[in-house]
Amino acid sequence: MHEIPINHILFLSTALFFIGVYGFLSRKNMITMLMAVELILNAVNINFVAFNKYLFPGKLDGLFFTIFIIAIAAAEAAVAIAIIINLYRSHKSIDVDEVNDMKY
Amino acid sequence: MMPDTILIALIPIIPFLCFLLLGLTGKKLGAFSGLLGTASMAVSAGFAALTAYQYFFHVGKIDGVFQKMVVFNYHWLQFTPEISINMGMLLDPISVMMLVVVTFVSLMVHIYSLGYMKGEERFSVFYSFLSLFTFSMLGLVLSANLFQTYIFWELVGVSSFLLIGFYYTKPSAVSASKKAFIVTRFADLGFLIGILILGFNAKTLDFGLLIERLIHVESPYLQTAIASSFMGVSALTWGLLLIFVGGAGKSAMFPLHVWLPDAMEGPTPVSALIHAATMVVAGVFLVARLFPIFILSCPVALDVVAYVGIFSSLFAAIIACTQTDIKRVLAYSTMSQIGYMMFALGVSGYEGEAGLGYMGSMFHLFTHAMFKALLFLGAGSVIHYIHSNEMKDMGGLRKAMPITHITFLIACLAIAGIPPFAGFFSKEEILAAAFHKNPVIFYVGLITAAMTAFYMFRLYFSIFWNKPTPSAGHDHHHHGEGPFTMMLPLFILALCSISVGFIPFGQFVTADGQFLANEFHPMFSIAPVSLALGGIFLAMLFYKNANELPAKLAVSMSVLYASAYRKFYIDEVYLFVTKRLIFNLLGRPAAWFDRTIVDGLMNLIGGLTSGFAEMIRGLQSGKVQSYAIWFFAGVLGFAVLFIYLW
Repeated sequence: MHEIPINHILFLSTALFFIGVYGFLSRKNMITMLMAVELILNAVNINFVAFNKYLFPGKLDGLFFTIFIIAIAAAEAAVAIAIIINLYRSHKSIDVDEVNDMKY
Repeated sequence: MMPDTILIALIPIIPFLCFLLLGLTGKKLGAFSGLLGTASMAVSAGFAALTAYQYFFHVGKIDGVFQKMVVFNYHWLQFTPEISINMGMLLDPISVMMLVVVTFVSLMVHIYSLGYMKGEERFSVFYSFLSLFTFSMLGLVLSANLFQTYIFWELVGVSSFLLIGFYYTKPSAVSASKKAFIVTRFADLGFLIGILILGFNAKTLDFGLLIERLIHVESPYLQTAIASSFMGVSALTWGLLLIFVGGAGKSAMFPLHVWLPDAMEGPTPVSALIHAATMVVAGVFLVARLFPIFILSCPVALDVVAYVGIFSSLFAAIIACTQTDIKRVLAYSTMSQIGYMMFALGVSGYEGEAGLGYMGSMFHLFTHAMFKALLFLGAGSVIHYIHSNEMKDMGGLRKAMPITHITFLIACLAIAGIPPFAGFFSKEEILAAAFHKNPVIFYVGLITAAMTAFYMFRLYFSIFWNKPTPSAGHDHHHHGEGPFTMMLPLFILALCSISVGFIPFGQFVTADGQFLANEFHPMFSIAPVSLALGGIFLAMLFYKNANELPAKLAVSMSVLYASAYRKFYIDEVYLFVTKRLIFNLLGRPAAWFDRTIVDGLMNLIGGLTSGFAEMIRGLQSGKVQSYAIWFFAGVLGFAVLFIYLW
C-alpha cells in the first residue's frame, strides 16, 4: 500500500494556511474572518498530525496538541462571537471597517 | 549655678505656639485672638524679666565678671568633623537686655494694637504675624551660634516683610514690602559670605569658640585668617566687613537704608515694634555680639563701622528735617539714632574705661527702644485720629488729644537729649566716648544731636501747635483720642522714657562684663544740652505758630532743601542702577539667551518628537485588518531575516 508522501500533506496545510490568511485579510464580514482563522488553525492541526505520524510514529504528542487546539478553537469562537454580538449591538454592523473607533 | 533652662526656652516658645495657634485657628477665635496673643506675650515678658533678674542679680556674675552662659546647646547639623550648626541659647548681658527690650516693647505693641487694629478684617492674622516676629527676634538674640543667628535673622526678615505688606491691597505697601525684603536680602548675602569666611577660618560657628579663637594673637586660627588675603585685605577683615554689611542692611545704614522709610507703609504698631525698637537694632546687636573680634583683632573694620554709623546718622538727620510724612520723619530719626549706636561701637575700646562706647551704645539701644516705640505709638494715635500721615493735615491737636500730647512731648525731650529724660544719659555716654577717641566723630555727633532736637520738635509743634485747635464736631472727630488699650502703653512707655536713664547701666552691660561706672561730668554736658535746647528753640520759632519762616528758609537753601527733601536722590540712583544698567545690560541679554538658546533647545527636542509622532500616527488606524497585514509582514520579515540573512 502506498503511503501518501509528507510533501503532499504539507502542501495541503500550507495552502490551507494561506487561504486562511487571505480570507482574514480580505473579508470584511467578521464572521467570515472568524471562519478564516479557523482555517489557519486547522492548517496547523494537519501539520501536527502529519509530523507526528512521520517523525515520531510511536508517540501521541502531536495528536494531543491537535485536540488541545480544537478545544481552544471552540473557546476562541465562543469569545469571538460574543465580541461580534456586542459590536453589533453598539454599531449595528459586523463590517470590520466600521469598527475603527480605537485609533489616534 | 545655672539659670533655669526651661524658663528661658519658654520665652521664645510661647510666642511661637501662639503664632501656630492664631495662624491655624485665628478665624474661629476672631477678636479673642488679640487677647490671647497679648496674654501669651505678657507671660513671655514676665519670664524674660524673671530671667533678667536671675541673671543680673544671682547667677550671671562670677568673680565680678558677667559670664557668657550657654544654657542649652543642641547638636543639629554636622558639616565637617569640626564645623556644625547647633541650636542653642546663650545668655550674656546683651542678650538678656535684648530679651527684656523685645518682650516689653512687643507687649506694649500687642496691647496698643488691641485698640488700633480693632475691627480689622485680618485681626487674628496680624496677631499671629506679631507673634512670629517676636519669636524670631527672641531666637535671634538668644542664638549661641553664628548660623543660628542667620536663620533667625532671615525669619525676622520674613515677618517684617509680612507685616509691612499687611495692607496688601495697597500697591504702595506691596512694593514697600518687596523693597524691604530685596534690599535686606542683598545685605544678607554679604552676611552669609562673612559667616562662611569666619567659620572656615576659625573652624567653628559657635560664638564662644569663635571669639576665643579669633582674639588671641598666638592663636593659629587668627594667624591664618590674617595671613590669607584677598585684594590686599585679610580674610578676617573681609569676614567682619561682610558681616557688617548684613548688619547695615537690617539696621538701615547708608547706603542700604532705602527700605526703612518705605517700610512705614505697614501698620503703625508694627513700625513701632519692628522698624524702631527691635529688628532694626539687630545690626547693632550683631556687631556688639562679635565686638571682641572687631576690637581686638581688626580695628580697621571697626573704623568702617564708626564712619558708616556717623555718616548715616548725619545724613538721616538732614533728611528728617525736610520730610512731611510724620512716620517718615520718625523713620529717618530711627536711622539717625541707630547710626549713633553704630559709631558708639566704632569708637569704643574693650576693657575698663575704654569700653564706654560699647556701654553707651547698648544703653542707647535700650533707651531708644522705649522712647522711639513711644513716638511711633503716639504718632499712631495721631494718625488714628486724623486719618492722615501728612503734617499739613495736622496742627493744634494738643487740646484734642491731651494724653498723646504729653507723652509725645516726653518722648521728644528724651530723644533730643534733655536731662533728666532717658535719651540724655545714653547720648552723653556716646558723645563722651567719641570725644575721647575721635574729635571729628564727636563734633559731627554733636551737630546731629542738635538737628535731632530740631526735627523732633518740628514734628511736635507741627502736630500739636501751629494751627488753632480744630473745632469739636468736625467730621472726623467722632471717636476721641482712642480707647484705653491705646493710652495705657503710651503711659507706661512715657514712664519708662523718663526713668530708664537712671538705671546704672555700666553695672550690667559692658564690653568685658566688668563693672563700669556711669560718670557724669556736668561741664561736658553743657555743649550737647545747650545745642539741643537751641534746636528746640529754633523749631519753636519756626513751627510753633504758622508763619513764613520755614518757607523762606527752604527757598534760601533751595538746592540743599530740595535734595534733602528728595532724600538725596538715593532712590533714584538705585532705580538708575537697577532699571537702566542692570536690567538693560545684564537682564535683557540674559533674558534673550534664556528665551532663544535655552528655550530654543528644549523646543527643538519637543518639536522633533512631536513631528516624528505626527508622521507615524497614521499607523494606528483602528482597522484590525491593517494591523494584521503589518503583523504578517513582520512575521514574514523575521522569517526572511532568520532563514536567509542571519
